[in-house]
Amino acid sequence: MNDIAISLQGVTKVFGETVANKDVTMDVKRGEILALLGENGSGKTTLMNMLSGIYYPDGGTISVDGVPVDIRSPKDAFELGIGMVHQHFKLVDVFTAAENMILGVETKERFDRKKVYADMNEICEKYGFDINPEQKVYDMSVSQKQTLEIVKVLYRGANILILDEPTAVLTPQETEKLFNVIRNMKENGKSVIIITHKLHEVLAISDRVAILRKGEYIDTIDTSTATEAILTEMMVGKKVELNIDRPEVKEKFKRLEIKHLNCVDADGVRVLKDINFDVYSGEILGIAGISGNGQKELLEAIAGLQLVSPDSSVVYFEPSEQEESQLVGRTPKQIRDLGVHLSFVPEDRLGMGLVGSMGMSENMMLKNYGEAKGVFTDLKRPKALADQIKEDLEVVTPSLNTPVRKLSGGNVQKVLVGREIASNPTVLMTAYAVRGLDINTSYTIYHLLNEQKKNGVAVIYVGEDLDVLVELCDRIVVLCGGRVNGILDGRNTTKEEIGLLMTNLKEEEN
Amino acid sequence: MDSIISLIRAAVSFGTVIMFGSIGEIITEKSGNLNLGVPGIMYLGGIASLSGVYVYENATENPSSLVCVVIALLCAFIASALGGLIYAFLTITLRANQNVTGLTLTIFGSGVANFFGGSLNTLAGKFEQIAVPVTSAAFRAVFAPLANLGIVGQLVFSYGFMVYLAVIVAIATHFFLNHTRKGLNLRAVGESPATADAAGINVTKNKYLAICIGAGISGFGGTYYVMDYIKGTWANDGSIETLGWLAVALVIFTTWKSKNAIGGAYLFGILYWMYNYVPGLTRSSMEIFKMLPYVVTLVVLIIVSLKNSKEKQPPASLGQAYFREDR
Repeated sequence: MNDIAISLQGVTKVFGETVANKDVTMDVKRGEILALLGENGSGKTTLMNMLSGIYYPDGGTISVDGVPVDIRSPKDAFELGIGMVHQHFKLVDVFTAAENMILGVETKERFDRKKVYADMNEICEKYGFDINPEQKVYDMSVSQKQTLEIVKVLYRGANILILDEPTAVLTPQETEKLFNVIRNMKENGKSVIIITHKLHEVLAISDRVAILRKGEYIDTIDTSTATEAILTEMMVGKKVELNIDRPEVKEKFKRLEIKHLNCVDADGVRVLKDINFDVYSGEILGIAGISGNGQKELLEAIAGLQLVSPDSSVVYFEPSEQEESQLVGRTPKQIRDLGVHLSFVPEDRLGMGLVGSMGMSENMMLKNYGEAKGVFTDLKRPKALADQIKEDLEVVTPSLNTPVRKLSGGNVQKVLVGREIASNPTVLMTAYAVRGLDINTSYTIYHLLNEQKKNGVAVIYVGEDLDVLVELCDRIVVLCGGRVNGILDGRNTTKEEIGLLMTNLKEEEN
Repeated sequence: MDSIISLIRAAVSFGTVIMFGSIGEIITEKSGNLNLGVPGIMYLGGIASLSGVYVYENATENPSSLVCVVIALLCAFIASALGGLIYAFLTITLRANQNVTGLTLTIFGSGVANFFGGSLNTLAGKFEQIAVPVTSAAFRAVFAPLANLGIVGQLVFSYGFMVYLAVIVAIATHFFLNHTRKGLNLRAVGESPATADAAGINVTKNKYLAICIGAGISGFGGTYYVMDYIKGTWANDGSIETLGWLAVALVIFTTWKSKNAIGGAYLFGILYWMYNYVPGLTRSSMEIFKMLPYVVTLVVLIIVSLKNSKEKQPPASLGQAYFREDR
């Protein structure tokens, strides 16, 4: 009896001059959960896109159930029972859940909404999903969208499911729910390939782990014999220290004093409620909270990008003469010029801060074009800066003029964070700086932030990974429902304590 | 009273021209392609039908009305769809900029049409005005028993068949887009081609078909204009172009829903002709009235933007080329 569902033989894919996958040979067994592990740009997604028909391999063969196949389009993949949930959801926003589900399904059947709803409910019942067929996608949360993606794939009768970084945008609770679904699917005899670079998730969910490094296949090992250290070494190719430094800085000065910060968003919802805390130089202040609890607004309010209520106060203390200035009411540019810098990494990475169709040099210019004298732009300095960032942070790009949207996610983030650091800020705010980054790059970023801290910069770090927050930050502000729900000392707190504050609003004191 | 009836009748005729144009454009835009070549395509449709029936009427002793109509519509559809095909090839296969390509098509279409229209007028000889009386009569024929039903007859039943065809096409398009799987797939292509592609929908095929068929329908606007509106002649006066742009404005006015095009087109017609019926207008104040359709479109845009409703937005990937392996 043959228990191999998919077999790859010497699969190769080349983009221009970049080799994304080189001679990959590996198997996926029936009814197993296989984790595909690798750093950013190691070719995990490209490899899976070849299985799902988005890309066509330049070499090698793919066999499904022992038969060599030619997957030329997503339609071919569906016919072979391969379904993929992409990292960036492939859903039509203005369609309902049910409409998204039946997209592209070839059938002579009439389009009967009631019948489709019934089909959808049946799948949901079988696997324990909770989804309303009539809900529009734009009204859905991230985790609902993901559920819909999985339902979509199951509806089309997939036996092999590929999930590309499904947990990247989920909360721990949602992740646990997803894992139960995945185990459920395994029990139904389906093979699941899960792409991720979160090691603890690999250990928690998978049966076997396949590792890619720089487009090449390294090995597949049983999860039972794997540890985080082994996996990291295979992934990176060298031993990596998995501890985050927390250097002590002796001299700390107050940089920001935030008082009674209130903010109402465009829909009239109070997103920030009476925020009070101080920010000191030489420390990393972590901000924790379930996404959408005011983190973004808080940073934007400080940076002058959010309209705040008139009685709010954000006082900035200059390092040299300890002069005070009120930031509320100033323009973002004035605030920037004082040295308060924001690098925000949104879910799609490019949405804020970088222009996708411009190269690295031009993106550097975005923030300092005003400094050049005369009417002509100064091209030399941005180019030198771009060069330096490329060198220092090991940004992988064919050239400084390659549009940044063509770079891999990790490299885009390095450009973004690198640019803000290069401008010598006194207050550096980063949000989700390591979102979607692999271990090695994440540690590079932590290291950079620590460097800044040692140089006397006040660093504000909005993060998602509680383990990292506890290890990296000196103090942690926990936001819940737009309020400060506690300020913890990073040295003697636990992630359970943070988690509790994130989800349970303390009684209002008054 | 008479003047109101006359205004409404003028509005319906006028509306029919732009309704065809805008339904075609709605189908095109639902595939994610913004075709600013509508005026040019309407020109192509107009001149093709005129040339076709001119040749037929002059070559036959007793031209049959039915054949005339078929030739007119067929020629219009083929010529307009070919115009759409040029646009489709440039924007889909070669991924040229859609706005530039569309505008070029408008210039091309009006150039071709006016060249042949002028030539036809010359060919027509001493009167220097071409005429296709049989065809025009067929297009303008009304069903007498209903048309004579007093006011209702005048308002509702006294038009050529294309007025009703336009309404049927608008409703059929609405049904197709919202109640069939093929329509759903087409809308998905316009909203998010990557999603459609991953779902196994042939994006290129859908776009080509939508653009060519959409252009064919837009072209009927030109046919109606030539055969019914100006009674089977040709005028090198650029009025089709004005109507073409109004058809594009109407697409926005309908918020990309073809059933709204029916009422919208007639409303534009009323607004457009209003200046003839408002007493005491001077030459210059007339021009202000002629602005009304555009003003209304702007107002609709403003209201829709303020409401910020996701349902009333243009297709999300409108204007963008799609390439699967683009990273």
